[in-house]
Amino acid sequence: MRYSAFSIVRNALSGNLNWKPQWRQPQPKSHYDVIIIGGGGHGLATAYYLAKEFGVKNVAVLEKGYLGSGNVGRNTTIVRSNYMLPGNEPFYEFSMKLWEGLEQDLNYNVMLSQRGVIMLYHSDAQRDAYVRRGNAMWMEGVAAELIEREQLKKMIPFLNYDHARYPILGGLLQRRAGTARHDAVAWGYARGADRHGVDIIEHCEVTGIRRENGIVTGVETTKGFIGCGKLALAAAGNSSRVGEMADLKLPLESHVLQAFVTEGLKPCIDHVIVYGGGHFYISQSDKGGLVFGAEIDGYSSYAQRGNLATAEHVMEEGVTMIPGLARVRVLRAWGGVMDMSMDGSPIIDRTSIDNLYLNCGWCYGGFKATPASGYCFAHLIARNDTHPVARALRLDRFARGYAVDEAGAGPQPNLH
Amino acid sequence: MTGYRLSSGGLVDRSKTLSFTFDGRPLRGFAGDTLASALLANDQLLIGRSFKYHRPRGIVSAGPSEPNALVTIGSDARTDPNTKATVTELYGGLTAKSQNRWPSLGFDVGAVNGMLSPFLGAGFYYKTFMWPKQFWERVYEPFIRRAAGLGRAVLERDPETYEKSWAFCDLLVVGAGPAGLMAALTAGRAGLRVIVADEDFRLGGSLLATGETVDGAPASVFADRTVAELQALPNVTLLSRTTVFGWYDDNVFGAVERVQKHIAEPSSKLVSERVWRIVAKRALMATGAEERPLVFGGNDRPGVMMAGAMTTYAERYGVAAGKQITIFTSGSAGYRTARALASKGVAIAAIVDARAESADQAPDGIRVIRSASVVDTKGRQRLKGIVVERSGFEELIVCDALGMSGGFSPVVHLACQRGARPVWSEELKAFVAPDVGGGLRAVGAANGVYTLSSCLSDGAEKAAAIAADLGFRASSAAAPVVDGEEATSFSALWYVPGAKSKAFVDFQNDVHAKDLGLALREGFGHVEHAKRYTTSGMATDQGKLSNINAVGILAGMRGVSPADVGTTTFRPFYTPVSFGALAGAARDEHAAPARKSPLHGWAMKNGATFIEAGLWHRSAWFPRAGEKTWRDSVDREVLNVRANVGLCDVSTLGKIEVFGPDAAEFLNRLYCNPVLKLPVGKARYGLMLREDGVVFDDGTVSRFDEEHFFVTTTTAMAGPVMAHMEYCAQTLWPDLEVRFTSSTDQWAQMAIAGPKARAVLQQIVDGDISDDAFPFLSVRKIALKSGVSARLFRISFSGELAFELAVPAGYGEAVADQIMEAGRPHDICAYGVEALNVLRLEKGLLTHAEFDGRVTPDDAGLGRMLSMQKTDFIGKRLSTRYGLTAADRMQLVGLKPVDADKDMRAGAHLLKEGTKPSTLNDQGWVSSAGFSPVLGHAIALAFLRSGRERYGEKVIVFDKLRDQEIVAEVCDPVFVDPQNAKLKA
Amino acid sequence: MASLITCPHCGLRPKEEFAIRGDASRGRPEPMDSDEAWHDYVYVRANPRGRTLEHWHHVAGCRRFLVVERDTATHEVYSVVDAAEFARRAAQ
Repeated sequence: MRYSAFSIVRNALSGNLNWKPQWRQPQPKSHYDVIIIGGGGHGLATAYYLAKEFGVKNVAVLEKGYLGSGNVGRNTTIVRSNYMLPGNEPFYEFSMKLWEGLEQDLNYNVMLSQRGVIMLYHSDAQRDAYVRRGNAMWMEGVAAELIEREQLKKMIPFLNYDHARYPILGGLLQRRAGTARHDAVAWGYARGADRHGVDIIEHCEVTGIRRENGIVTGVETTKGFIGCGKLALAAAGNSSRVGEMADLKLPLESHVLQAFVTEGLKPCIDHVIVYGGGHFYISQSDKGGLVFGAEIDGYSSYAQRGNLATAEHVMEEGVTMIPGLARVRVLRAWGGVMDMSMDGSPIIDRTSIDNLYLNCGWCYGGFKATPASGYCFAHLIARNDTHPVARALRLDRFARGYAVDEAGAGPQPNLH
Repeated sequence: MTGYRLSSGGLVDRSKTLSFTFDGRPLRGFAGDTLASALLANDQLLIGRSFKYHRPRGIVSAGPSEPNALVTIGSDARTDPNTKATVTELYGGLTAKSQNRWPSLGFDVGAVNGMLSPFLGAGFYYKTFMWPKQFWERVYEPFIRRAAGLGRAVLERDPETYEKSWAFCDLLVVGAGPAGLMAALTAGRAGLRVIVADEDFRLGGSLLATGETVDGAPASVFADRTVAELQALPNVTLLSRTTVFGWYDDNVFGAVERVQKHIAEPSSKLVSERVWRIVAKRALMATGAEERPLVFGGNDRPGVMMAGAMTTYAERYGVAAGKQITIFTSGSAGYRTARALASKGVAIAAIVDARAESADQAPDGIRVIRSASVVDTKGRQRLKGIVVERSGFEELIVCDALGMSGGFSPVVHLACQRGARPVWSEELKAFVAPDVGGGLRAVGAANGVYTLSSCLSDGAEKAAAIAADLGFRASSAAAPVVDGEEATSFSALWYVPGAKSKAFVDFQNDVHAKDLGLALREGFGHVEHAKRYTTSGMATDQGKLSNINAVGILAGMRGVSPADVGTTTFRPFYTPVSFGALAGAARDEHAAPARKSPLHGWAMKNGATFIEAGLWHRSAWFPRAGEKTWRDSVDREVLNVRANVGLCDVSTLGKIEVFGPDAAEFLNRLYCNPVLKLPVGKARYGLMLREDGVVFDDGTVSRFDEEHFFVTTTTAMAGPVMAHMEYCAQTLWPDLEVRFTSSTDQWAQMAIAGPKARAVLQQIVDGDISDDAFPFLSVRKIALKSGVSARLFRISFSGELAFELAVPAGYGEAVADQIMEAGRPHDICAYGVEALNVLRLEKGLLTHAEFDGRVTPDDAGLGRMLSMQKTDFIGKRLSTRYGLTAADRMQLVGLKPVDADKDMRAGAHLLKEGTKPSTLNDQGWVSSAGFSPVLGHAIALAFLRSGRERYGEKVIVFDKLRDQEIVAEVCDPVFVDPQNAKLKA
Repeated sequence: MASLITCPHCGLRPKEEFAIRGDASRGRPEPMDSDEAWHDYVYVRANPRGRTLEHWHHVAGCRRFLVVERDTATHEVYSVVDAAEFARRAAQ
């Protein structure tokens, strides 16, 4: 069923009783050309593009929980392509361009809202680093603007211009960046993939990867053995666990990142604002809640919940950046498991096993990457060839000395 | 008129009248009222508008689960939107405004959404607003944003202050109802350190809202007596107005105390709110149970409220919810409400009981309609009547208020915040707390124990067990005797069939039963999907009332037990907590500590302008009369250092003293260059790598003694380098005999640089510092003529003849003054970090602008420092990887503009002449740039692909961000005195 | 764990006094060990769901590195020992 204003009216007139499931609940077949482990944003996007762009339609996505139960449903919904390094910027800009056509492509309103992401700077050194980044964006043809303090005051009057511990001197703005409705992205890709024949199998946990003669032949699951021609891992925070089933040793640590939402408010914050004196970032959802987060808690965790000290620190940064937040009440805190890589950049690559493909290391930037990650991963799986914009994101870059270290923090994941 | 104050009764203080306003209308209440009870007493039934359909809404509850009665309290910078009237303590002068309505509460244009509701079902927005493409953001989204949201935040600077505090106890009791108070009393008497926290301003919980008696007195009297005894116990702390919002690892609880939220003019001496982190050996969750609404047609009409809330308003506040009341119940609780109201003379039109039979007895003369349901309600902005259906026959019953009761759910929120999920109890028809170990246990109604006497005994027993467990002896006092105990049975009723109009599940978010049906139809039947698709349970009340009914309805539609549907995830916060409270005092200038150099006073005296550098405030430049811009001052300072002499505060550099027989070996492994054979009395430039072969930090290593080294770090990396050294010493090489300590704060360190530096310094230093006696890179412990012991280093970060003098921090200012005085005949000037930066730039010396965490020694032109003969050093092994040694890496170069009047800025990128900007064509970037007053034009340091082979080549300096492109010539990065003649003078 | 750590030197201390360095299960290879051993040491992590060893640095306390043995799924702490002590024991 194609979605449109017309379909809404027509269905309303029949009591909304004729809407169909947005994706099927199929029983797994005995064999697929491609099995994707992980029914989150990246896995579903991969399936969608495999079927739609690369003609690989005999595909299953296996999800151990409910569809979209991982980080795609627990993030701060920011999409942007304001990266500095040549290994990253083309990839994220490719993603941004896919975002810009996603709603029409999927026939699903993911509520992309290009309200602009502004990253504040608080010192000359930080400004210079942002200028370097902004010019790197321009190199890739991506518009960036340096907003000086006086202009910023007009644009965002409620920032802490007078009493900030680190003075707010200006910001780097990407106007095309913004937010999208996270759950809708998972659902839209699921529906799209399903319509192209992909089997999305929820509540199906992979418990083993069967190999014969050095190649993968299928997966053991809680719904029995399922054979496959190619196996693709898109398991985010659980990548190490799934990789272990195929004896993969991965450059990953799983960490917890908290995110928060306030009570619903009338529109008051019109941009995504990122505090440069810490890690705080905030935007307002269409529903009215202020959605925000900051750094990871710092220790390895699979628990999907954070601790109070970090939460308090996040609020400190928030109130320091926007003093008027003090009386706004925080409704809910949640935690996601981040697959933190050793250089803060993702991995999309083949593995030492011929028909096993890897997509992981998204740190806390996975949501914005969803379309490009799916597209490039599908490209790799279908053609056995790395997509040009993902060439720097290979697994062997650490051994070869080509880390893509956007933060310059070195091989300590919790610093990225 | 519907709601009114009863002529007597209740726990409010009728002698203290409080004036307040609602939407500008002056009203009165009593001390002890909540805003909700006072509004109800004033017959203000319509309080707000719902989120989506802008339906008129009134008070539903008498506590923190309230979905509807949200108001904005206060004004200007003291505005608190979305405040629940049901938990807001009334105070004189309170101003409340309704929300989410335009132009007025009574006439709200947004209500048109209600008529469009067939088109606005769950998730409708995912299916439309996509055409034309641009319209989503230009038209639809702004419209939706404006329509959505609830209250308005002013985002003005908050005048209030906040603080945080730790507390430690043997037993934390969350909730001061019957179970909680009995538990606290038992534990308190046994000598445990007890903390009791309750969100209410009056302790007692349900004891304050019941007609039952305890030990022959009204239950509220028992509560007061118990509270008084607890107050008198020195080992018991009572925290009222304190909500325990979260349960964290190691049995740490987060709680927020509203210190002055109930005061019209808060004292500036007290904080507004205080966050407690309570470390509890044991905790009891005496959080009670939540009464369930019934999901029937028109159940959101103002005047429809929880039966228990009606009881509370009557018993505690002396307020009747209506003059002609009906009750719709599936359990005993509805009868209890009827009795409470009837006993106060309130007319009860009927009790509609969904059950076919029960043992519950209605008060005399009150009609009971069994096996019946309410299928619709009449009225617009207030209830006028209900439509009751029984055996296919409908009857209109005129009434102005309806109490509903669908049974009870234990409040298990806290126990489920750390991964455990609540467990379905078929017996209790409710989700109960999971077993999360001994640290936290549910007690009383939170434990599914509903009668007053059993709550009291459960509290006493659980506390006694904890006391015994912790080694205390609890005496078994006689259990209080309860009279007139109320029955508590009910049958679960998730959805009342036959609804003639919308039957709401989540009131605030306007999710009705059909939305859940649609969600299921579209494949969103998983409880998390249903929540996210319909937004049920996502409002400011987090589904405290609605979640259980949503689960029950989904279970019914799917034909499974609620156990199979399960719940969504419970997460902090139990009720919303303000940013301010969680941030505490760490805001504004106090967001991070400020560090000041021991020479800060000296710099102030000399008129310094300061800048932040990490936590430090550093002197940036020293403006003099007539200088218009910072550049004027910096240029003067630079030229004066090059021509005469200057004094710069370098105390912020990290300083670490390293001692021990293995000190040399330790440092030799830390630095990539050799340190082992550094002679005593000498300093050396040192480069530390990370284990991945990338530069970590640079600084100097000095040797005062065979077993005493002194190393410096950059200002920014002082902490990380110290931590790195500790890591290496403690975890990698614990057998090396080496000890070290940071002495950054112990020394005031100043650079005296310029051709006349020696002449100035010789005047205050005891001993010969001529080039023969004290050549370049010498270090020595010396005495000043004043008798102060000091350290002198012949090192230079400017390319000039320079010394760094370190004196104990307390002497810093005096010594600096002395040097300035001695230097006056030599035209000494104070110079700041800006001039320091220009001086080092002219000399091609590097900072973290260059060492950005991706640069190797070779990239920076320091490849010869790598001592590959050493067996081992941090970073050695991985520094030889292909990618780190490839010939096409970006290498440090200098840049000078072809047109000398052109400017260059850090952050620009580099392009070959004649090429277009693209990531592929990107040749590098400018790391530092500035105006060289010595050369009279801009200079820059940059990283350029294979740069060292390209001296003489012209490149485009691409600064699109500032719309600037200029041509520059690639050159050696040392612009001034490449022979080091001045340095070694 | 995420709230409190019992430092063997300082006693029960709040989490924010510590900086977390990361995985403590790997020993630094010898200089002549293989490239693969070095690569694995610097870049590869077992990243277990369950028991793990982690270096916590008591930066606002005794400045000692501690090896914290804890569960990444439940956050339970099993043991905390001084890292030098741990390294010496491992060397034996």
